[in-house]
Amino acid sequence: MIGFLQNLIDALSLGSLYALAALGIGLLFGILRLTNFAHGDFISFGAYALIVPSLDVMATKFIGGWPWYFMLPVVAAIVVVLALLSDLLVFRKLRQASAPTLMIASFAVGYVIQNVILMVYGARPKSIDVWSHLQQQVVIGELRVPQLQLVTIGVTVVLLIGLSLFLGRTPYGVQMRAAAEDFRMARYLGIKANFVIGLAFAISGVLAAMTSLLFVSQTGTLSHMMGVPLMLFAFIATVIGGMGSLAGAVVGGFAVGFVSVMLQAYLPQELRSFRDAFVFAVVIMVLLFRPSGLIPTKALAQRV
Amino acid sequence: MLEVDNIHVNYGRLQALRGVSITVAEGEVVCLVGPNGAGKSTTLAAIAGGVTPHAGSIRLQGRSLAGLPPESIARLGVSLVPEGRHVFEALTVAENLRIGAFQRRDRSAAAADFERMLEHFPRLRERLQQPAGRLSGGEQQMLVIGRALMTRPRLVMVDEPSLGLAPKIVDQVYDILLALRRSEGLTLLINEQSSKRVLQFADRIYVVRGGRIHLHDLASNLQDGKAIMEAYFGFGDQSAAPPPTAKRSAALGRVAE
Repeated sequence: MIGFLQNLIDALSLGSLYALAALGIGLLFGILRLTNFAHGDFISFGAYALIVPSLDVMATKFIGGWPWYFMLPVVAAIVVVLALLSDLLVFRKLRQASAPTLMIASFAVGYVIQNVILMVYGARPKSIDVWSHLQQQVVIGELRVPQLQLVTIGVTVVLLIGLSLFLGRTPYGVQMRAAAEDFRMARYLGIKANFVIGLAFAISGVLAAMTSLLFVSQTGTLSHMMGVPLMLFAFIATVIGGMGSLAGAVVGGFAVGFVSVMLQAYLPQELRSFRDAFVFAVVIMVLLFRPSGLIPTKALAQRV
Repeated sequence: MLEVDNIHVNYGRLQALRGVSITVAEGEVVCLVGPNGAGKSTTLAAIAGGVTPHAGSIRLQGRSLAGLPPESIARLGVSLVPEGRHVFEALTVAENLRIGAFQRRDRSAAAADFERMLEHFPRLRERLQQPAGRLSGGEQQMLVIGRALMTRPRLVMVDEPSLGLAPKIVDQVYDILLALRRSEGLTLLINEQSSKRVLQFADRIYVVRGGRIHLHDLASNLQDGKAIMEAYFGFGDQSAAPPPTAKRSAALGRVAE
């Protein structure tokens, strides 16, 4: 029982990362029909922002050494600027383009970011410790939980509540929901297309920044590809959750995290190295029975 | 107030509009009537900035609308209620109405407009917090008209207000549009397939067919309906007359109703 609870907390903490990344992808898909494969590289970029730019093997902490209440907003601002720039320089030129074109363009943006990281920071992975004191365990009865997992879950909950309050209660949030449902009609009512899209990129940047901080504090490693697997699982999360549905992205993220951790824990030892294959098998099963995802959206059904 | 001068619109190789010119004066109710696929919706979309004409000009109060995105045209006071209603289904009725006023600076006037819309459409007041997707077709049509008015438009364009609604509901929608015209001094440009309704309702009528204007006159001069029928179907106009189709017979039924 204790073992299961332990696994459950692991699953929630991994699922949190996937859910945050999936939300960043889902938000842009909802409004722009952009499947943003550069989101993983937004995450990598946010993590590299913590250290001094140099080719040295040893990382010197820069923003990463600041207290968290400075670190969070500054890293968020950096990734937001990166996200807005990619819209301004690339995606804005492609407003009339089809969804596959946008997706390919996002691959290109991702490669550019990866190579900028390579040029500035070098190819070797670097180790960095952020918030290492959070590795201490909290003991609740027989349960031993690293503080970091609780922080991850907590930060995710706060971000989810914040985002849903923003979307539900503020005029800008209502505009974004309207634009996600029927972009053309929203524009006929005077809602500025570029503003709403910029807002979506900015929020997606904030989510990427938070994901990168939580992720790097767990792994303690920086590499120019670090965001890619995270993005891949987050993308799968948005697909099984239902593309275009934000609730679906969150549910999908937690579902993927849950399945990964539980398979890791309960698969027979000799099969564990094939865990991801089993995760994808579950994903295929979900899609066979619910092809438009766990929480399908009507907007997508109309357009596809 | 609105001058559309000889606009041409192509969808790929299909010529949707081949030289459409219309004018709308302040306070007027102008109707575009014509069969399905005549180019009525394209005309309204071109005015609202949804499609770009490759020739011709569109002016609102003397100012050219060429190259402006839809949101800028909306902010200049042109409000389009597109065909098929397009409520934001996941948003509540109240959010749908308020979204029309987000671009306005005059917050207190917008709040007053919100109240006024609920007086015009009391059914919406009962459902303010419900998702708009749960409303009936007629209620949705009222909601999108109210939402369009929340932008404080100078010109309201309504595309096929009767589409997919029961005749009784259509009467209500037109009654409301007429009442709004009287109380708010609206300028209206309306697309309609049924020439009978148009004759009751419009000040001036344009008959659109095949991407061109085939007839233009004051409604009072067209009351016998004959000239409209001829322009609508292209009788005595062999070169332009398309072969009879199921769609056209359906339209014939509508005009004869």
